[in-house]
Amino acid sequence: MSAGPTDAHLLERAPFLLRDWLTHALPEPLRWFANTLIAIAAILAIFGTLFALLTLVERKVLGRVQNRPGPNRTGWFGILQPVADGIKMLTKEDIVPRAADPLLHFLAPVALLGFSVLTFAVIPYGRDLVAVRLDAGVLYFFAAGSATELSIFMAGWSSNNKYALVAAMRALAQLISYELPLLLSAVPVVLAAGTLSAPDIVESQGGFTWGFVPHWHVFTPWGAAAFLVFFISALSESNRSPFDLPEAESELIAGHLTEYSGFKYALFFMAEYFGMCSLCGMAVTLFLGGWQAPLAALEFIPSYAWFALKLCALLLVFIWIRATLPRLRMDQLTRFAWKFLVPLALVNLAASAFWSLSFGWAGPMQALRWAIGIALAVGPFVLLGRRLGAGIGPRTYRYA
Amino acid sequence: MLGTGLLQGLAVTARNFLGSFYDRRRFVTTQYPEQRTALPEAYRNFPFLVCESADDPMGTLRCVACQICEKECPPQCIYIEKSKDKKPDANGKPQIYPAVFDIDTAVCMSCQICVEVCPFDAIKMDQVFELAATDRFGALLMDRHALAKPNSYFQSIHPTEAGEVDSRLLAARLAAEEKARTAAAAKAAPKPAAPKPPAAPSAEAPKPSPPLA
Repeated sequence: MSAGPTDAHLLERAPFLLRDWLTHALPEPLRWFANTLIAIAAILAIFGTLFALLTLVERKVLGRVQNRPGPNRTGWFGILQPVADGIKMLTKEDIVPRAADPLLHFLAPVALLGFSVLTFAVIPYGRDLVAVRLDAGVLYFFAAGSATELSIFMAGWSSNNKYALVAAMRALAQLISYELPLLLSAVPVVLAAGTLSAPDIVESQGGFTWGFVPHWHVFTPWGAAAFLVFFISALSESNRSPFDLPEAESELIAGHLTEYSGFKYALFFMAEYFGMCSLCGMAVTLFLGGWQAPLAALEFIPSYAWFALKLCALLLVFIWIRATLPRLRMDQLTRFAWKFLVPLALVNLAASAFWSLSFGWAGPMQALRWAIGIALAVGPFVLLGRRLGAGIGPRTYRYA
Repeated sequence: MLGTGLLQGLAVTARNFLGSFYDRRRFVTTQYPEQRTALPEAYRNFPFLVCESADDPMGTLRCVACQICEKECPPQCIYIEKSKDKKPDANGKPQIYPAVFDIDTAVCMSCQICVEVCPFDAIKMDQVFELAATDRFGALLMDRHALAKPNSYFQSIHPTEAGEVDSRLLAARLAAEEKARTAAAAKAAPKPAAPKPPAAPSAEAPKPSPPLA
């Protein structure tokens, strides 16, 4: 935690001023500790609120997509629905099956929530607004994020229920399959920025071409392709539709959540949304310029507001996709990861390397650079897409 | 190309999302307890007993406890006990009346057979659907006091059927009165040579009308 920008205007410095006002009375050695505690509390409070609002917004948006109003009975336009849900969850009986392993059964939601919260530590929420400034922040993010797979398997195994176990196996297969394209699509950004530190990656996306095109990675050919791969993998990593196989209700009751009720179920739910938020936050950081304003003229709006705006926009796209796409089959899911996303991400790595090498090209060579860059991004997409669909015609039912 | 179908799908949901805000035809949900849609006339669920007067429902029940509906009811949800005495019906003729008439709405399957077999137009289908109760045993068993509803209510929920029933009953009553008048005239002037006037349009009544004085 740094002292915060000193030359910026008041709104930009507001979080730091508030923190210093709270802790300035403490002696110097304690102040660092208190500042860290405040950062933790702020992250938990803000993302806890975001989680509550997101459950409501999701249900409202899904309702509107299906031409119905969504929850509107609790408070003004259903604004108190998350409170009602919370009270319901808290007052429900917490059932542990007799055959379950009680310790693992208890630990699974706790560990899942813990690992998901850990990922929030390295995301830069604004100019200098990051809880832990790690040199290898991106690496830390993916390490903490992939540990959630362990807790999902813990939940499935400890429940001692066939549906939960099958779901846990599926979750492992899915999460490991998509961990690879997720990482491989983040590598080009690290290559381009030359750093693993998330705040530095955001800094490297500052500035504008011709005064209005921001230098965000998503506006380069390789960046757009990597963003696509990252986004699809993030959908899968957060168990969101159309990749919500681990809790496919139609086949597996509720997947690894089958034997959970009450507050433990709420913890799983919360961790899932936390994971979604942190992955969206990382996507914003890596590709959408983090807290950078999209126009130089709009820089008077504080940086954390820009981050929040981009994060909410991505979360809305998540909800939009959930409202649209049906669930994939298990073989389609893994085929998509291994035969499409992984090769695409690998080719994209080469495209990104080319883009870095051709940094100095100017004049007509600049047009050639863009042409090659776009060809390296779109070509594999079209070719691999054709390969992916080849041989999968309309299904014939021989015995039906 | 791969993904174009996905984009088309996303466009459909986006159109639905935006359309639900300004197009009332898309946004069809009725906020049920506050707003109510008018039920279609053909809607029917549980039977009720028709009485002539709302002021004295027990005294003007059309039911004469013939127990045909009780015998015909497939799930046997009707229970009738005949009265020991007789009470005058709407036309003044003494009739047996149901001392007990219970319908268990938890058992009733809304088949309408009781309505079809009733020769007295005494039982008809109702439109009440808010029958939720906290007591599983007592509250869903409706006795004759709960079942009796005036003919005006029947007119309001099924106007077409009620109009047809009423005109048939009226025609039957007129025919009976005409017959009684003829019989009285015949008794007063015991000369059988008098020409008998043609009967009132009793052909309109396909069901056997209640035996009237």
